[in-house]
Amino acid sequence: MAIEVRIPTILRSYTGGAKVVEGSGDTLGDLLADLDSRHGGLRARLVTDAGALHRFVNVYVNDEDVRFLGALDAKLNDGDSVTILPAVAGGAFGFAAAAAIAQHSAAAAAIAGHRAAVAAR
Amino acid sequence: MARYDSLLDACGGTPLVGLPRLSPTVPDGAPPVRLWAKLEDRNPTGSIKDRAALFMVRSAEESGRLRPGDTILEPTSGNTGISLAMVAKLRGYRLVCVMPENVSTERVQLLRMYGAEIIFSPAAGGSNQAVATAKQIAAEHPDWVMLYQYGNEANARAHYETTGPELLHDLPTITHFVAGLGTTGTLMGTGRYLREKVDGIQVVAAEPRYGELVYGLRNIDEGYVPELYDASVLSRRFSVGTRDAVLRTRQLVEVEGIFAGFSTGAILHAALAVAHEAVRDGRRADVAFVVADGGWKYLSTGAYGGTLADAEDALEGQLWA
Repeated sequence: MAIEVRIPTILRSYTGGAKVVEGSGDTLGDLLADLDSRHGGLRARLVTDAGALHRFVNVYVNDEDVRFLGALDAKLNDGDSVTILPAVAGGAFGFAAAAAIAQHSAAAAAIAGHRAAVAAR
Repeated sequence: MARYDSLLDACGGTPLVGLPRLSPTVPDGAPPVRLWAKLEDRNPTGSIKDRAALFMVRSAEESGRLRPGDTILEPTSGNTGISLAMVAKLRGYRLVCVMPENVSTERVQLLRMYGAEIIFSPAAGGSNQAVATAKQIAAEHPDWVMLYQYGNEANARAHYETTGPELLHDLPTITHFVAGLGTTGTLMGTGRYLREKVDGIQVVAAEPRYGELVYGLRNIDEGYVPELYDASVLSRRFSVGTRDAVLRTRQLVEVEGIFAGFSTGAILHAALAVAHEAVRDGRRADVAFVVADGGWKYLSTGAYGGTLADAEDALEGQLWA
């Protein structure tokens, strides 16, 4: 048995358009290395040069975020289902509008206030 | 207390109700595992967002950023806009919402009823256009005040000061808190409060996983994580697909009589997962989860009836949370 991996639209150029691919590995890191051997370049889109998961990538094992399961060291078992998704917030709209409007002066003030509050904690 | 000076004063203080039929059965002699629903639909405009809207407006007033007669501009896919529209009306501001085309018609009608103006951005897949629209509005109206719920500390503070203390007061034996992850305000604020007060508390996030149409990114670098988000507050984070969210939403009304929106179904799905794990491990659990809003605004989707597959199709491409 293998591990089923669901690929988001924006990364299917690495899988020849395939929505779902199969791979194997004892950990997520092993799985991504295995996938990269057949789908060259995929791993580099998910993992940074420093060896951590890309900030805007979320990976789920059986619907649970791997960042809370050990990230690249998360243990995998045959039959697991892995889903890769881009990070978005509050639906697709949140990230688009919020990222754009973050440059707006009022938003910048709100963010500065938040950072100050965090720093004061 | 059941008497308030104004509607704004009636925000929060929502009931926490037990779910005896949905709570898992434990073997004889094993510690109890119980589910509790925090009914946030009992807020003034019917959603948990009233708390954040009220705190963000008050905070902006206190800091002098918001003055009488000002215009507030906010990107929102629904509930925050409705809450802000009510608060803006009562506090004397004009509200302009930028929202996607693919939200339910009830939300649009409610916003207009409360007096908000709406600027539509193109639906999923057209995120580049949405970015352009938002940039243009912001550039044309530099004097408009953006409360910016994704990065506004008052959003999370609302939950640190109200939702968290209410939960601890009503359920001192709480072991898990489960809520939806959008702006992340509910989980960050409530989660921080409970972590300070309750040893071993598990803070669990349920995020909606939409159909592919909704993730209209060109590449990974266009992704976005709200400024409020701090992963160290969470214990676990679940991604819940449309089908599971619909299934649980229906189960909640069928079994316990609670008529909720689909984001609540996603939250219940995660709550049931941790509850069943506790049963399996023989641990006591009091799992409190958020009922973010009622189902009224989503009736037109048709997703409360028919087969699950029909409902999934009906919600395809919609922002249901």
